[in-house]
Amino acid sequence: MASGRLSIRDRFGSLLLGTIVPLVLLLLWQYAGSRPGMAGIIPTPLKVLEGWHGWIFGEQGMGLNPYLGTWLSNVQYSSMRVAQGFGLAALLGVPIGLMIGWSRIVAQMIDPMIQSLRPIPITAWLPFSIALFGIRDFGSIFLIFLGGLYPIIVNTTQGARDVERNLVRAALMMGASRRQLLMRVVFPASMPSVFTGLRIGLGISWTAVIVSEMVAVKSGLGYVLWDAYYVGRMDIVLADMVSIGMLGFLSDRLIVYIERRVLAWRILQSH
Amino acid sequence: MAEIVIEGLSKIYPGPSPVRALDGIDVRVGTGDFVALLGPSGCGKSTLLNLIAGFEAPTSGQLLLDGKGVGAPGPDRGVVFQEAALFPWLTVWENVVFGPKVQGLPRSEYEDRANRMLEIVGLRDFRNHLPVQLSGGMRQRVGIARILTLGSRVLLMDEPFGALDAQTRLTMQELLLSVWQALQPTIIFVTHDIDEAIFLSSTIYVMSARPGRIQERIDVPLARPRTVADTASETFSALKLRILNLIRH
Repeated sequence: MASGRLSIRDRFGSLLLGTIVPLVLLLLWQYAGSRPGMAGIIPTPLKVLEGWHGWIFGEQGMGLNPYLGTWLSNVQYSSMRVAQGFGLAALLGVPIGLMIGWSRIVAQMIDPMIQSLRPIPITAWLPFSIALFGIRDFGSIFLIFLGGLYPIIVNTTQGARDVERNLVRAALMMGASRRQLLMRVVFPASMPSVFTGLRIGLGISWTAVIVSEMVAVKSGLGYVLWDAYYVGRMDIVLADMVSIGMLGFLSDRLIVYIERRVLAWRILQSH
Repeated sequence: MAEIVIEGLSKIYPGPSPVRALDGIDVRVGTGDFVALLGPSGCGKSTLLNLIAGFEAPTSGQLLLDGKGVGAPGPDRGVVFQEAALFPWLTVWENVVFGPKVQGLPRSEYEDRANRMLEIVGLRDFRNHLPVQLSGGMRQRVGIARILTLGSRVLLMDEPFGALDAQTRLTMQELLLSVWQALQPTIIFVTHDIDEAIFLSSTIYVMSARPGRIQERIDVPLARPRTVADTASETFSALKLRILNLIRH
C-alpha cells in the first residue's frame, strides 16, 4: 500500500482519537452549565442545541422570541456580504498584486501606499466607513473588501516576483510580448501564491463581516451575536459562534476545492 | 545563414568589487557548425551564451548574427536550458507549440512541424502529459522539440544534459547528433564535460576563469557521423588528455 494513505480502519481510529478531547470538554461544559447560578452565564450544550433548533426551524413572529426561524436569512445576509466584499477584493487584489510584482514602476507608485495603509486594522476603519456609507450594506461590504484585499495583494505580488527567471527567458526566447509574458507565464506561475492570499483573505473577510455587522448594519450573524448578548440569550450567542465557524470552514474548503482543480499540475509535482 | 561573429566581447558586472565575467572574447561560428564552450564553473561560458541569446547585454565588444547586432531574445536563437524550463502548467504539446502560438501563427502552419519534432525526439505518445509526469531526459527532449518547432537556426544549449544520469545522457547526445545531422542548425553547446564536448562538437573553445577568457580553440579531428565507439578511440583519448592539461594549467 502506498505510504501516506490510511486504511479505513486507521482513518476511523484517527477520527476517534480526534473526538476524545472535544467530547471531554463538552461534558465538562455540560456539567459546569448545570451548576446552580451558572444558567444565565453559560448555557449548557443541550440548551444551545435547543435554542439553535428554534433559531433555525421555529416559526417566525410567534411568541416573544424574536430569533425564531431567522437563522437562514441571517446566514444568507452574512454570506452574501462576504461573497460581495471578498469577490471584489479578489477581483481587484489579484491584478493589482500582479502589476506590483511585475512592473517596477507600478511597484514604486502603489506599493508604498499599500504598505502604509495595511497596518491600519480594519476595525479602525469602522467609524470612517459608517460616516461614508451610513448604516447600510455597503459599509459592511467595504470593510470585508478591505480586510480581504491586503493579503491577496501581498501574496500575489510575492508570487509574481518569484517567477522562475528561466521561465521568463524561455517565453521571451520564443517570441512572447510583455503582455503575453504577463498573462501566459507570470499569472499562471503566481497561482499558488494567489490561492494562499485568497485563503488568508477569506479568513479576514469573515472577521470583518462579524465586526461590521455588530456596528454598521442591522442584520446578519454579527448583528444577531451582539443583539442576543444584550438581551441575555447566551444560547443564541454560542449557536451563532458555531455557525460562523462552520461557514468559515465551508468557504475555505470551497477555495481549496477550486485550488486543487486549477493547480492540478502543482499537486502532481509534490508527489 | 546563421553565422555568429564575436569580437572583443567583455562583460563586467558592476558593484563594489566589479566582476569581469568575460574579457576580450573572440569566437567565430559558421553556419551549421557545432561548437562547444568548455570550461570550469565560473569561467563565464553560460554568461557568453546568455549574451548571444540576448538575455543580458555585453559591456563592450561586438556580437553579430549574420552581420547584424544581436538584440533582444527571439525565436531565431532557441535556447535549451539546463533544467528544461518547461511551463509546468502546460502539457507537452502546449509547451512545444507555445512559440508559434504567441507569435500568432495559425494552427495549420505549425501543427505538422510540431508533430514531426515530437516524433523525432520520441515523445509522440506523451503529447498530453504534464512536464512533472516526465523524467529529466524526457523533459529535455521536450525542450529540444520546442525550439525545433520554433524553427530556430541557432540552438544555444546551456549544459542541457548536465543533470541527467550517464545512460540517459548518452542517449540524449546521440539524439542531438542525429537532429543536428538531419536539420543542420548552428549549435553552441555549453558544457564542463570534456568527453561530451569532444563527442558532440566540431570545434571546442576552451575557457579559463576569472576573468573568463578563451584559452584555446581546438578543432575536433573525429569524422562524422560519430558513434559511441569514437569515444574509445586513440584520437579521442589524446585530445582529452590535451584538454585536461590545458584546463589544469
